[in-house]
Amino acid sequence: MTMDVTAMTFLMLVLPFVAALVAPPLTRALAQNAAWPLALAPAAIFIYFARYIPAVSNGDVIQGGFAWVPQFDVTYSWIIDGLSLTFLLLISGIGTLIVIYSGGYLKGHPQQGRFLSFLLMFMGAMLGIVVSDSFLMLFIYWELTSITSFLLIGFDHKREASRRAALQALVVTGGGGLFLLAGLLLIWHVTGISSLSALLASGDMMRESPYYLAALILVLGGAFTKSAQFPFHFWLPNAMEAPTPVSAFLHSATMVKAGVFLIMRLNPVFGDTGVWETVLPVFGGLTLLIGTFIGLRQTDLKLTLAYTTVASLGLLVMMTGFGAEGAVEAAVLYLIAHSLFKGSLFMVAGGVDHEAGTRDVTRLSGLGKFMPITFAAAMLAALSMGGLPPFVGFLAKEEIYYALAHGDTWDIVFTVVAIAGNAMMFALAFGVALRPFIGEPCVVPGPHHAHSSEHEEDTAAGSDHGDKSHTVHEAPLMLWLGPVVLAVAGVLAGIFSGTFHTLFSSPMSSAIVGAPVTLEISAIPHISLPFLLSIITVAIGIVMYLAADRLRTLADNTLTAIGWGPDKGFDQFMRGVVRLSHRVTLTLQPGKLEIYVTLSFVFVAAILLVPMTVYGEWPDMPAWPSMMFHEVMIFAIAIIGLFAVALAKGRLTAIVSLGIQGFAVAVIFMLYGAPDLSFTQFMVETLSVVILALVMTRLNLQPTDHRPAVHRIMDASIGAACGLGFGAMLLKSTQVPFNTMLTEFFNAYSKVIAHGHNVVNVIIVDFRATDTLGEIAVVVVTGLAILALIRIRVPSAKPPLKDNPAEAAPETQ
Amino acid sequence: MEAVFAVVVGIFFAFAIYLMLSKHTIRILLGVAIMGNAVNLLLFASGRITKEVPPIIPPAGDILGAGAANPLPQALILTAIVISFSFFAFLLVLAYRAYQDLNTDNTDEMRLAEPEDQPLPPLGY
Repeated sequence: MTMDVTAMTFLMLVLPFVAALVAPPLTRALAQNAAWPLALAPAAIFIYFARYIPAVSNGDVIQGGFAWVPQFDVTYSWIIDGLSLTFLLLISGIGTLIVIYSGGYLKGHPQQGRFLSFLLMFMGAMLGIVVSDSFLMLFIYWELTSITSFLLIGFDHKREASRRAALQALVVTGGGGLFLLAGLLLIWHVTGISSLSALLASGDMMRESPYYLAALILVLGGAFTKSAQFPFHFWLPNAMEAPTPVSAFLHSATMVKAGVFLIMRLNPVFGDTGVWETVLPVFGGLTLLIGTFIGLRQTDLKLTLAYTTVASLGLLVMMTGFGAEGAVEAAVLYLIAHSLFKGSLFMVAGGVDHEAGTRDVTRLSGLGKFMPITFAAAMLAALSMGGLPPFVGFLAKEEIYYALAHGDTWDIVFTVVAIAGNAMMFALAFGVALRPFIGEPCVVPGPHHAHSSEHEEDTAAGSDHGDKSHTVHEAPLMLWLGPVVLAVAGVLAGIFSGTFHTLFSSPMSSAIVGAPVTLEISAIPHISLPFLLSIITVAIGIVMYLAADRLRTLADNTLTAIGWGPDKGFDQFMRGVVRLSHRVTLTLQPGKLEIYVTLSFVFVAAILLVPMTVYGEWPDMPAWPSMMFHEVMIFAIAIIGLFAVALAKGRLTAIVSLGIQGFAVAVIFMLYGAPDLSFTQFMVETLSVVILALVMTRLNLQPTDHRPAVHRIMDASIGAACGLGFGAMLLKSTQVPFNTMLTEFFNAYSKVIAHGHNVVNVIIVDFRATDTLGEIAVVVVTGLAILALIRIRVPSAKPPLKDNPAEAAPETQ
Repeated sequence: MEAVFAVVVGIFFAFAIYLMLSKHTIRILLGVAIMGNAVNLLLFASGRITKEVPPIIPPAGDILGAGAANPLPQALILTAIVISFSFFAFLLVLAYRAYQDLNTDNTDEMRLAEPEDQPLPPLGY
C-alpha cells in the first residue's frame, strides 16, 4: 500500500510533463479546445493532493520518495506539510484555470500547442520545487522553473523586447539559482544534511554555525532574485512581455512566490536571528514602497499589476522576516489572498486586452456595460486586494497590522511602510479593476481576432486606425471562468474563515513557524487598532485613486529625474560581459599558432619542473656508466643530426640531417636488444626522408630560421626547459624499483599459450591484437585523409574566375 | 645506462620543441618528426635498458633467457612508430595543401579560421 502511494505521488509529479508532451499533437487535433482535456492533468493533481488536507491539517507530515544516488546520499524525495500542500493546491488549482484560459486567450495562434506545452512543463517544475525534500532536487526544479519561464517570456520570440525580457529573467533568476546551489552545498557541507526535512529537525545547528551568515546570504541571493526583491525587481515587470496567462500564472501566482516559499521553508532553522529579522523586513519594505511607487506611473494594466506584484512580494518577505507575533500568519494569509486576487486580475486584464484591443488604462472606459461578468470578477478581486471585508484580503491586512502595530520605533516605521504600500496598492487595484469599466463607453481598437501573437506594440501604436467604433463583447467562457472562480474563492475564504484557517492557513503557518499555530481572525469587523489602521489605509487609498493622474505625473517626473535604474544597469552589464569576453578571447586566442604552441610548451615545462622543485623530487645524480666506443659514437651522431636539422641552411640539408638522427635512433634500438624496432625505424625514416624530399623540392620554401635572435633564445630556453623536464622525469622514473608484473606475464605465456618465440610479435598480434587492429584502422583513416587532401581541391582563397568557367573547371578536378 | 638515455632524450625533446616553436610549417614538421623519436626513446628507456639480447625465446626453453630485453615497451614503440609515421605523412600533406591554397608557409598568415580584426559580436538581444 505504501508503495502504491509513493508511486501515485510520483506519477502526479510527473503528470504535467506527460501532459506537456501530448499538448502539441492534441492542440493540432482539437485547436483551442485541447485546453479542456489538458486541464484535466492539473485538475487530477489538485484532487489527488486535496485528499491530504485532513491529514495535514491534523499536523501530519507526509514523506516519501526513492533513493537516487545512494553513494552521495542523494534522493528523489518529497515532503508534504501545511506549507507545501497549500502551494501544491494553489499551483494545480490556478494551473487548471490558467490552462483553460490559455485555450481562449491564444485561440487560433499557430504555436498554441507549444505554449501549452511550456506552461505545463513549468507547472511540473513548480510542483517539484514545493514538494522537494532533497536539496539537489530542489535546485534542479528551481532552475527548471527559470528555464521554462525563459521559454514562456520569450514565447513571441520575433520581438526584441520579448527576447530581452526572457534573457533578463533567465540571467537574474538563473544566476540567483546558482547562489542557492552554493548556499545549499554550504549547508550540506557544514551540517552533513542533504534534505530539508532533516534540516528542519536539526534545531539550532545552522544558527550556531560560523557559516550561518554566508549560507544565509547565498540562500537569500536565490530567494530575492526569484521573488523580485529590490534591487533585483526589474526583471518581473519586463516579464510582462509574456502572454497574459503566463503573467497571471508564473509572474504573480506561483513562480515569483518560490523565493518567498524558500524563505518560509527555512524560517524554522534560519529565522529568529537579528540578521534575519533585519535583512528581510528592510529589503521587503523597500521593495513594497518602490514597487507601488513605480506602479503609480504605469498606464498599462499589466504593468500596473506587475509592479503591485513586486510590492506584494516585498510585503510577504517583510512579514515573513518580521518576527513579531502574527507576522508569519499574516504572510500566509496574504500569500493565499494575493494568489487568488492577482491571478484573477491578470486574467481580467488579459480579457480586456483580448476584447478591447488595448490595455492602456487612459484609453479604456465604460466597458462594464459590455463585459458584466469580467467586471464583476474584477471588482471582487479588487475588493480583496484593497482589503475590504468580507474578503480574504481583509483578513490578511488585519493580521498584518496586528503583527506590526506595537509600540517601538522599529514597529512604527514598518507600520507606516505597510500603510503607505497598502494604500497605494488599493489605489492601483481600483485603477485596474474599476476605471476601465465605468464612465462613457470609449472607442477602442476592437477585439483581437485570431491574433497571431501578443502584439503589444502594435496595439499601443497602431490602434488609431480603428476608425470604426467596435462594439466590445463579453469575453468567452474560457476567458472569464478563471477570474470568476478565483475571485469567488477569495470571497468564500473570507466568509468561511474558520474552515479556511483549519484547512489551510493554520497548517501552513505551523509549518513555517515550526510549531503548532492556530489562526482565528475572521471577516467580521471589530473595533481594534488593526481595524482602525485598515480604515486609514482605505481612506488614503480612495484619495490616491481619485488623484491617480496627478500621482502618475509625480511618479513619472521623479523617476525621470533619477534616470538610471537596475534595468538600464542590466543592459550595461550585458554589453560589458560581451565586450569583456571578446577582449579575453582576442587575448587568449589571437589566431597565431606560434602563440598557442608557445603557451602549451611553457605549460608543459612548468608541469614537469614545478612539482619536482616544490616537492624536492629531483632524481639522484646517476653514476656514469662505462660505454663502449661505438655506443658513444652513435649517440654523438644522433645529437649532431639534431644540431644539423636545427641549423640547416637549405632544405635538403635539413632533410638529410633529419635522416641522420632517425637512422641513429634505429641503430640505438639495434644495440639495445630491439631488432624489430630497428627494422621498422629504418623503413619509416627512409620513407619520411623520401617523401619530405619529394614535397619540399616541389615547394619553394626556405627551411632556415627567420626568427630574430631574441626570439630564438627564448624558444631555445623553452625547448631546453622541456628537455630538462623530460630527461629528469625519465631519470627519476628509472630510479624507482621496476614493476615487472606485465613483463613476466608475457614472458611466461608467450610460448606456452600463444606458441610464439618472438615475444614482441606475440604481444602485437596476439595479446594486444585489438590494439593493433585499431592501429591499422588509424593508418587507413590517415591514408584516406591524405588521399582526400590531395584529390579534392576547393577553389577557396582565390576568387573564382566567373568570366570563363570552362577554363576554371579543369583546375577543380 | 638509463642516465645516458635520459640525457639524450632530453636533448631530443629540446630540439623537437625548439623546431615546433617556429612560424614555418616545414620546421614544425621537422620538429614533429623528431618529437616522435624522442617519445619512443623515452618509452624504450622507461622499460629499462639491456644490451643486445632481443626478447626472443630460444627453441629449447619456454621462457626468455636471463638478460633479455623487456618486450613490452618494444611492442608499444612498434605501434607508436607506425602511427607517428602516418600522422607525419598527413601533416606533411596538410602543410603542402595549405601552401598551395593559401600561398604561404607562415602560420601567422593562415587566418582562415580566425580572421584578424574580428568584429565585436552584436550587443543587442
